[in-house]
Amino acid sequence: MSGLEISNVSKHYGAVTAVNDVNLRFNKGEMICFLGPSGCGKTTLLRMIAGLEEPTSGTIHFEGRDLTHVPVHKRNIGMVFQSFALFPHLSVGENIAYSMKIRGHSRAEREDRVRELLDMIHLPGIEDRRISQLSGGQRQRVAIARALALNPEIFLLDEPMSALDANLREAMQIELRKLQQELGITTVVVTHDQTEAMTMADNIVVMGKAKVLQSGKPLDIYKSPVDKFVAGFIGTSNLLPATFSGNGAVGFGATDVKYSAANGSFANGEQVLLMTRPEEIFVHKASETRPENAIEGTVTFVRDIGATIEILVDCNGYEVISVLTPKDDPDVHVGTKVFVEMPPAACSVLAA
Amino acid sequence: MTRKALSQALPLIPSSVMIGVFFLIPFVLILLASVATLTPEGDMAYGFDLSHFERFLSWFYIQRALFSAGMCALIAVLSLLIAFPFTYMLTTFSDRAKKIWLIYILAQLSLSEVLIAFSWQILLSRTAGLGNILEWVGIAEKSFAMAPSAGAVIAALVYLAVPFAVLLLYPALSRMDRSLIEAARTLGTSPLRSFFTIVIPVNRSAIVSSSVTIFVLTLGAIIVPQVLGSPEHWTLSVLITDQAIFNFNLPFASALAVVLLILSASVIGLVMRFSGGEK
Repeated sequence: MSGLEISNVSKHYGAVTAVNDVNLRFNKGEMICFLGPSGCGKTTLLRMIAGLEEPTSGTIHFEGRDLTHVPVHKRNIGMVFQSFALFPHLSVGENIAYSMKIRGHSRAEREDRVRELLDMIHLPGIEDRRISQLSGGQRQRVAIARALALNPEIFLLDEPMSALDANLREAMQIELRKLQQELGITTVVVTHDQTEAMTMADNIVVMGKAKVLQSGKPLDIYKSPVDKFVAGFIGTSNLLPATFSGNGAVGFGATDVKYSAANGSFANGEQVLLMTRPEEIFVHKASETRPENAIEGTVTFVRDIGATIEILVDCNGYEVISVLTPKDDPDVHVGTKVFVEMPPAACSVLAA
Repeated sequence: MTRKALSQALPLIPSSVMIGVFFLIPFVLILLASVATLTPEGDMAYGFDLSHFERFLSWFYIQRALFSAGMCALIAVLSLLIAFPFTYMLTTFSDRAKKIWLIYILAQLSLSEVLIAFSWQILLSRTAGLGNILEWVGIAEKSFAMAPSAGAVIAALVYLAVPFAVLLLYPALSRMDRSLIEAARTLGTSPLRSFFTIVIPVNRSAIVSSSVTIFVLTLGAIIVPQVLGSPEHWTLSVLITDQAIFNFNLPFASALAVVLLILSASVIGLVMRFSGGEK
């Protein structure tokens, strides 16, 4: 059964294109993260799913139903806003029960549901408090409870963690993901935080400049980003300029480096980028035997924080970062000449 | 007094003197005059004479006071009914349109009450007013004069008060978090219903304070009720002017002014108390 389908959706504001021809398909019950820098169109896309904006062209379907021109209040959605948008003149309980009151549910029904939802968000017994008495984290939970009061089909969250401090953010990401899995509700989260997206999502949609750059499972995107923008946005990556030479290798300076995957087809002699992830490459002292698929460099910085060791290496003027576990510690210092080993499986080639 | 306390008090001196000279002293003078005696020569002698207040306690003056309060309350309500939806719409306009509207409204305030009163008098007259249009369209058989009447007084005072109400409501409405309305919409509320269940209650304190301001403002209006109303539509303020200027009875005018002051102060107090209860 198809869940959420976004087909050829564009949104223009005068001459400005906020969302440009987006096509996405998601299964029912999935958690989807729209990830991208500010101004990439992710919030506009979310607002179009909510019905707060109307697409200039294209359609949005949910379970085969065309939602494109259905007004907001007739879509069965729940939304958490960046500012949480809790009603300051109502108590916590009245906020949560607001949608039920609008639909004419009885007082007893509303009170039962409010209790149930407050238990769900681990804040029992606060229904009579004013919104101004709540902390940021509590407000977020109340906003979530309010959005879920009527068991919506689609749950939308616009940068839900941005108003929280770092510690709370991590805990809430896990909690939100658990809640979503428990309820099995199709959820779309907008974020600019890649860790948040990696933590919570079944599917990540990386957006940039009003377009979808790549969408897929978090690890698939992490392992094979389609271009340098995605590679830089999801996780940390080392990008080295290289010359494509065919035979499964690229030339970095005088060294040939073998790779396992290439995103696109390139001509011999074409300028490309060699991408590696910091945790997949190793550093060895230059005094040792030269490993296969290695480039030379000089250590410029070492950060040993116990669990991991980060080593910055200057290779021909380009910075390469390697993150090692203590058992692979090469025992190097600033200024040590080293080989940076890049196993072919860790190397992929992107368009420059 | 320590140096620090002195340096803190120093900047307050000019404003304190201003308030003292221009507000406090005249107010004390009015209080003194309200209990002064009127001499047979038409002069007044300071003393402690409550006869002017006793005179107020006749049905005629009490009725005038109640009529004034009732009419001004009605005007406040009508002004808000017009100004609130308009201001709400104004906040959704483009910046340019907003600016033009606000300039126009500010310009409106520069029109004097006299000018407005006489303009409305013409507008509501039998020979050159709305009546002629009604006759021409065929709604009325014959043109008729719409002033003097209570309706004419109310219409002109509402006209006078609406720009004030817009300017008083604008800051609160433009500061309101728009996502509150969007949130209400995602929770299943129609646009109209979100206006009543969210926009109005969220801005309640701004609504209350502008109503009170409009009430007090129109309570002090003199010219409009005189020009557009017959004596039975005169407010307390008109009677005060009448006593002070035409009857040369300053003590009684002062007593009426004190009553008016108590009236408006108690309305403000009541409203603040009533609306502050849930905050």
